[in-house]
Amino acid sequence: MTGEVAVLGAGMHPWGKWGRSFVEYGAVAARAALADAGVDWRDIDSIVGADTVRGGYPGYVAGATFAKALGWQGARVTSVYAACASGAQAVGAARAQILAGLADVVLVVGADSAPKGFFRPAGGDRADDPDWLRFRILGATNPTYFGLYARRRMAVHGDTPEDFARVKVKNSALGALNPYARYRKRVSAEEVAASAVVADPLRLLDICATSDGGAALVLASIEFARRHGVAEPVRIRAVSTVTPRYPATVLDLPDIATDSAVAVAPPDETFRASIARAAYEEAGVGPEDLSLAEVYDLSTALELQWYEDLGLCGEGEAAKLLRDGVTALGGRIPVNVSGGLASFGEAVPAQAIAQVCELVRQLRGEATDRQVEGARVGISANQGLFGHGSAVIAVR
Amino acid sequence: MTRSRTPVVAGWFTGEGDGFRLLGTRCSACASVFFPREDAFCRNPGCPGGELCEVPLSRRGRVWSYTDGRYRPPSPYVTDPELPWVPYALIAVELAAERLVVLGQAVPGVSVADLAVGMEVEVVPGVLNEDAETTWTTWHWRPTGVGA
Repeated sequence: MTGEVAVLGAGMHPWGKWGRSFVEYGAVAARAALADAGVDWRDIDSIVGADTVRGGYPGYVAGATFAKALGWQGARVTSVYAACASGAQAVGAARAQILAGLADVVLVVGADSAPKGFFRPAGGDRADDPDWLRFRILGATNPTYFGLYARRRMAVHGDTPEDFARVKVKNSALGALNPYARYRKRVSAEEVAASAVVADPLRLLDICATSDGGAALVLASIEFARRHGVAEPVRIRAVSTVTPRYPATVLDLPDIATDSAVAVAPPDETFRASIARAAYEEAGVGPEDLSLAEVYDLSTALELQWYEDLGLCGEGEAAKLLRDGVTALGGRIPVNVSGGLASFGEAVPAQAIAQVCELVRQLRGEATDRQVEGARVGISANQGLFGHGSAVIAVR
Repeated sequence: MTRSRTPVVAGWFTGEGDGFRLLGTRCSACASVFFPREDAFCRNPGCPGGELCEVPLSRRGRVWSYTDGRYRPPSPYVTDPELPWVPYALIAVELAAERLVVLGQAVPGVSVADLAVGMEVEVVPGVLNEDAETTWTTWHWRPTGVGA
């Protein structure tokens, strides 16, 4: 085992479309996490920022931007960017500093101000950038990739649009209970079916929005936590930040083609499955030990894919797991009890941190009416553009 | 004035009519195929690195999956904001010989209702958009009529 770090505090700025600077959301979340931890900002040894590339130039130096907003106090600074996986990379960097003895207590912050409409690549004429090329040549927005995965599941596993809608119904009911979620209204299967098709077979209510939001964590060594009077903190036991293995045979954003498997046989597991496996191995737990999971439901169909990638069920069995209520609150392994991206929308660099915030609340037993009874082990999982794995396992 | 016909990306496809092909590269050491083309390095981690030679890809493949874009994509996709948006289908096609999947637009007039996973399609030359001086050319996938 690699060693554990303590989570002393978790804090968030509510998700929404507030039209303000990402710095403000990050600072609010950071102050909330510090207050939750009972740690003075001036006693933080190190700050790690998960970068936004959408907030203008300061977004690229998020760690220092947040440190300045909180008031310069000389802490060590780190800024990381890994698209949707930025938050997990920030947690990973903070953990490494603590385990290496470089810092006792670290503040991790991610925040974003999302644009209206589809995410788009940076401007200019940039034929060397695969993200630019897929828009220029194909007009392939993010939802079109979600549509491809959904259609593939329908053809291979027999999933139906009604199965996909059931994910939204489940997650919206949970999001309605979460004060940090952007969408607080329960959604019916009929409402999903009546919403406009965005990328066949997916409809507007199958696809996550882009949101503003901020999330922060205060991480510390186990010794610091004990000195601080927290004998049994929530602990982070694994952070998986793996890359794919060649040849990657699932068409991933933003690629126009997969690797070829003509010279090298594909690995036994997909990239997403390998992200979870690496986390399980590091934590010394398996899917059967989980109390809950927070997964990246960029679309309803993708949540089902994660059930299989996390090993919650066999390949092709996700829709049945959902239909049987296994992943609902009160089921054997509740998934996205926060409400998921379906209820939050995606605030890219904050999202993976927000997933961990939910694990922390649940493991502390502080999640009120969406509490998973007796939660002991939680996993969060997502996948960042260009091949960034992201999963965190937290325990109590 | 006649517009010049220019590929939207240089070196990704060639030829006319039945001779139209996507172009990839093949590593002379390990035989891995790359599309979009890799010209600098072989990306097989177990390969010492060989010469990368241009190779035409199979003309026909089978639908791995498909979708469409019901809303106008943002730039750099080029559309005329004055005209109503007409959705087009996107098809991911599995090429058996190369064992890879290549995404592309369907030929105009083919919608998701005409497609099925496993259906055979072939690559054909297409037009992406036109401006004052240039007709920007691309590849399209067209069903051959052979079902799944």
